[in-house]
This record gives sequence, structure tokens and C-alpha cells, in this order.
Amino acid sequence: MKKIKKIKIKLNGKIKSIDENYKIQRLLNDLNVSTKKIAIELNQEILDKKKLNRIKLKKNDIIEIVHFIGGG
Amino acid sequence: MLKDKFIIANKKFESRLIVGTGKYKDMSECAKAIKLSGANIVTVAVRRVNITDKKKPLLMDYIDPKKITYLPNTAGCFNSKEALRTLRLAREIGGWKLVKLEVLGDKKNLFPEMIETLKSTEVLAKEGFKVMVYCNDDPLMAKRLENSGACAIMPLAAPIGSGLGIINKINIKIIRAQTKLPLIIDAGLGQASDATIAMELGCDGVLVNTAIAKAKKPFNMALAFKNAVIAGRQSYLSGRIQKNLMGKPSSPTEGII
Repeated sequence: MKKIKKIKIKLNGKIKSIDENYKIQRLLNDLNVSTKKIAIELNQEILDKKKLNRIKLKKNDIIEIVHFIGGG
Repeated sequence: MLKDKFIIANKKFESRLIVGTGKYKDMSECAKAIKLSGANIVTVAVRRVNITDKKKPLLMDYIDPKKITYLPNTAGCFNSKEALRTLRLAREIGGWKLVKLEVLGDKKNLFPEMIETLKSTEVLAKEGFKVMVYCNDDPLMAKRLENSGACAIMPLAAPIGSGLGIINKINIKIIRAQTKLPLIIDAGLGQASDATIAMELGCDGVLVNTAIAKAKKPFNMALAFKNAVIAGRQSYLSGRIQKNLMGKPSSPTEGII
């Protein structure tokens, strides 16, 4: 069996190790984050939430997942 | 009062009080204070999702964006790039186009960085955002913001969270006289009477966060601000009497025994 290569990405400011070719939708599923109330940025570009199942993560990708919180 | 409409970006709102959702003890307290305030619009911040603590309560679970208008804010942004990024993300979260732009220039006094604010307003207006702009109480800059496509002018009363009340009433009056855009006092109010004064100066609304959230009794203060805004607006529309140096008796001077 071929060994799956691990890559490092930065997720919300923290380094995370994931399998190579991991898709963003899968990452969100793992995190149990619904796409309804969030926005996602990949390397400072906002992602179309309909295309998350098509986007594969690469080494050193920077992902930001944001939502609304209380503020003034 | 029936025809007295509060309209921002072609949308009508019942309450002229806008409240922030920050600094409360918890989300439950925040939601109750908002309900008591009668506000139809609340400001919200865009921040990272807590991916380690899933049990942390979510704003949307307490304040329904279908019932209360969320006004995404760029609080914490210190340049145009950060502010634009934040509001584009906010739009992506749920299609929000009505936003509050706040670009700060100094970490201590939290005064707005007006050059960056102006630049951001122009870009956002071109991208189709309806931009309510936090700004200095400077009539010239307020005019430039208006010409740059702002949908509401939001001058500070005093530094954010200071509770000092309206420092420069004259400037607020000048801005009121020169603009037909909604004029909303944002930041620096400390007590309910400050809101009444803002409304009596002719402002269309006020935005309050700290004065309610950090009051000893936030629920009572939320109610106080609600009533203060209504009182101030009614007072403004009623037309105050002229000021006189000397006294004028309230009772007839004829027929005194």
C-alpha cells in the first residue's frame, strides 16, 4: 500500500498536518464546521463555498475560516 | 411621528438605536439587552472560528439575523487592506452588503484613520457595498465621505468606549446641516442622556455598545437608551423654545392680587 504523504498547512493561524490532496470540504467535515455561517479564505482569496469539494490543499496553504461574533 | 422614517440604504428601520454586541458577560445577556433596547440593527465582528472549542456559543444562535439586521463592522482594522478583506469576508458569510467601515489609526485613542477610511469607502461603494462610515467629527471629511459613496455618516462623540459623551456639538450640528445622509453618532456615549443630546442635535440615530454592555445594570441601561433616543427625536422634531438670558413668567402677569 502506498504511504500517504503528509503536508503542513496553516489553519486559522495554527500549523496543522494533513494528508496530501486533502480537499477543503473534507477538512471542514473533520472540524464539524457548517459552511452556512462562515467564510473561507485560501491564501487570502475568498473561496466559493460551492466549490469546496473540488479544491485540494497544498503544502504551506494558509486557510482562514471566519464567522460573526459579538463586536462594537 | 408616524411619518418620521429612519431609512438607511433604502431600508426602513423602526428603531433609531443601533447597538453593538461586544463586551457583554455572555451571549445570553447580550441577546436580552438587545431585545430590551428595541434595536433593529446590531454591529458584529468578523473573527476566526474557534476550531478547538466547538461548544463555544455562537452569535447567530442567540441573535437571529432574519429578525435583526447584522451590521458587519471592521473594528480592529488599522488600514484599508485589512478593512476591505474583512468586509469582503463578511459579505461572503451571508450576502451582507450593508456594512460599517471603521479603520482605526491609533491603538490608544482609537481615532479613525481618515485617509484610509476615505480610500476604503470609495472601493467598497464601487463594489456595491452600502457603507456606513465611522469617522471623525470633521465636517470637511464628512463631506468627502459623502462624495465617495458612503450611505451613512457616523461621527464619533468621543473616543470609542470612553463614555465621555458628545465632545463637539458644534461640529455635529454643522455636519447635520450639510448632509441629507443618515447621520448616526457612533462611539463615546456614556449614559442615556448623551443619546438624547445626539438626537436633539438632529442626528438620525446613535450607535451604542460599551455604555450598555458595561453598565452595572445592562438591561436597565438598554431600556434607558431606547427611551432616550425616542425622547431626543421627539424633542428635536417638536422644535425647542428660544434661549433667553432673563426669566419669563409662566403665569399671566395681569390680575395678580
